[in-house]
Amino acid sequence: MSSKRPSKRAFASGSLAPQRTVGGETGAEAASLTAEQKLDIWQWLQKNRMVEERLGLLYRTGKVVGGLYTSLGQEGISVGTAYALEPQDWVGPLIRNLGVMLVRGVRPREAFTQYCARATSPTGGRDGNTHFGNPEKRIVAPISHLGAVIPVMAGIALAAKKRGENAVCVTWIGDGGTSTGDFHEGLNLAAVLDLPLVLVVENNGYAYSTPTRMQTRPEDLVAKADGYGLPAEIVDGNDVLAVYDAMRRATTRVRDGGGPVMLEMKTFRMKGHAEHDDAKYVPPELFEEWRRRDPLVLYDRVLEEEGILTRAERDRRVAELKAEIDADAEFAVASPTPDPRFAFGRVYADDGGPGPLPGPAWGPAGATRLGRGLPGGDRHDVRDPRGGNA
Amino acid sequence: MAAGTTYIEAIREAMAEEMRRDDSVLVIGEDVGTYGGAFRATAGFLEEFGPERVIDTPISESGIVGMSVGAAMNGLRPIAEMQFIDFLSNAFNQVVNMAAKLRYRQNIGVPIVVRGPCGGGVHGGPYHSQNVESHYLSTPGLKIVEPATARDAKGLMKAAIRDPDPVLFFEHKFLYRRIKEDLPDEDWVVPIGKAATAREGEDLTVVTFGACVHHALEAADRLDHEGLSVEVIDLRTLLPLDREALHATAKKTSKVIVYHEATRTGGIGAEISAILAEECFEWLDGPVLRVTAPDTPVPYAPPLEAAFLPGPEDLIDAARYLAGY
Ligand SMILES: Cc1ncc(C[n+]2csc(CCOP(=O)(O)OP(=O)(O)O)c2C)c(N)n1
Ligand SMILES: [Mg+2]
Repeated sequence: MSSKRPSKRAFASGSLAPQRTVGGETGAEAASLTAEQKLDIWQWLQKNRMVEERLGLLYRTGKVVGGLYTSLGQEGISVGTAYALEPQDWVGPLIRNLGVMLVRGVRPREAFTQYCARATSPTGGRDGNTHFGNPEKRIVAPISHLGAVIPVMAGIALAAKKRGENAVCVTWIGDGGTSTGDFHEGLNLAAVLDLPLVLVVENNGYAYSTPTRMQTRPEDLVAKADGYGLPAEIVDGNDVLAVYDAMRRATTRVRDGGGPVMLEMKTFRMKGHAEHDDAKYVPPELFEEWRRRDPLVLYDRVLEEEGILTRAERDRRVAELKAEIDADAEFAVASPTPDPRFAFGRVYADDGGPGPLPGPAWGPAGATRLGRGLPGGDRHDVRDPRGGNA
Repeated sequence: MAAGTTYIEAIREAMAEEMRRDDSVLVIGEDVGTYGGAFRATAGFLEEFGPERVIDTPISESGIVGMSVGAAMNGLRPIAEMQFIDFLSNAFNQVVNMAAKLRYRQNIGVPIVVRGPCGGGVHGGPYHSQNVESHYLSTPGLKIVEPATARDAKGLMKAAIRDPDPVLFFEHKFLYRRIKEDLPDEDWVVPIGKAATAREGEDLTVVTFGACVHHALEAADRLDHEGLSVEVIDLRTLLPLDREALHATAKKTSKVIVYHEATRTGGIGAEISAILAEECFEWLDGPVLRVTAPDTPVPYAPPLEAAFLPGPEDLIDAARYLAGY
């Protein structure tokens, strides 16, 4: 165990006083950002929103398969946290963290092809939406079951520590997700094993229709960090610079062997749970209130005041982004749907890989099996060397 | 007579009628109150029954099922909703080790219903499409049902709520709003443990349940034109299996195909096939065939999902093959 682990225990069974800061001097990291970096952050914010807006268009024109989940109003969290990371760090983003993936180098076309279930998508159509990872970019894909990524990221952190990667592992979770068993087990494991993990909690007021107060009794979710003896900090999630600043301080502490920390981002989900949800259960004045705190608008104001971004430069950059995003969306729409044979194989390392279509398993053992053809009815004999598996 | 009742409405009506009849019945789950459930299975419940009987919970499936078990031990009859049945995996321990074993260990009844949408065909991908019955089939103490019609959905839900033991109630989401039936007004119950004959036939039997019943009926229609008379047995209850119905149809047609949407290995088809081999060997004229999904997760893209799901075509192939015996 690291000697830097904060120890406030007076007695063996003594209490651990809550630490409501992850350390460092508040604001110092943000203050040391160059104009270039600030423009970078602006660019990622715009890109995050524009890609999701484009996804909305694809959804409304029937190109998206299944539901669409966006991060409207929460982009500052994805972008600010991811921008604070180093290349060797690992991320485990959730469905509202497309911005994290973009900052880590995922191209818009990967999201478009995933949501449209095309053959060219990162999973080849086997899974959808943001459910894709990238080992080279150190991105771990989520599953739908909320909380499940947290212990997995603790495991990545365990390995990173053992292998001396000097890596910080980061994952994100909603206010609702903090009610799952995996959240608690994962956080506790990371705490007692002193693992290099940052847990970013996005408290956006709702989990589907359930308001945060019906999810967790304390108003602040950092209370859960207190319970496991983790330093934690409450951050204005709609202020991208505050997010970046807190994340830099958090990762510095974790990288120095300080053990896991939690950041609670206060924010708001500016849409329904997904595109199909009209969010009638949200009082309209809440949307009104938070619309005034749109992270992109707030940040535009900062850059304007600091004279970093002129109107002309802004327009030029937006046009550039739009061209890239349009091209990628068109690429997705023009991409073929997957070959049905890709449904089969690569369930195991040694099963021969995707395809061919397996034949029905009936018939005498060892006989040539009559296979069903591709949908459309063409039939052909398939000898299944793997022993048949309809 | 309730005209044109959908499968999901039938489930909602059954729960509402039971809650009116019995004050100890309550619903517990994520977004079941204010929102009325992700699929609207409990729409209007909060208004009618109030927050003490319509309980919105945090995202805590294990807690939801465990709490239901406790409430049942203390006189209530909870209906726990899983937003998708895929999330029941998070409550696995409470289902198989707590709910299922209390009767055997201490003769304590756990009258809970754990219900939720299962099944594919709606492009839900690996985590919103699964059929999970085989995860629970080998747990004595549980009952498992999965209706194929609105009538059975309503009657089985009432039976499940009134049952003294834990019932897993799987609802095939493909059917939620795709089928509609005129339902009688009176109170009726479909007994747990009894299969139904969805179609009479002479030459061959398809044993199935859930959405597959409808695909089987379609296949049977088409095979009829080829001169093959196909009987379709709708299991309705998966645990305990209706052995008598299996025996009777095996005796009648001597050829049986088991057809299910879940993956093949260790699926309920294997169990039924074993029952037929052990108990009906004398009457069979051919091998018991299984038409199932392949042993892979459920893929997301429509062409992959179509290749994965066992449909009428697959069943017709199998029927033609078996008819040759
Ligand atoms: C274990 C589990 N139970 C239920 C669900 C269904 N579900 C998906 S998202 C969601 C709400 C999530 O709320 P929150 O964690 O606050 O994240 P947000 O949507 O606000 O970003 C629910 C209940 C799930 N994905 N996983
Ligand atoms: Mg939330």
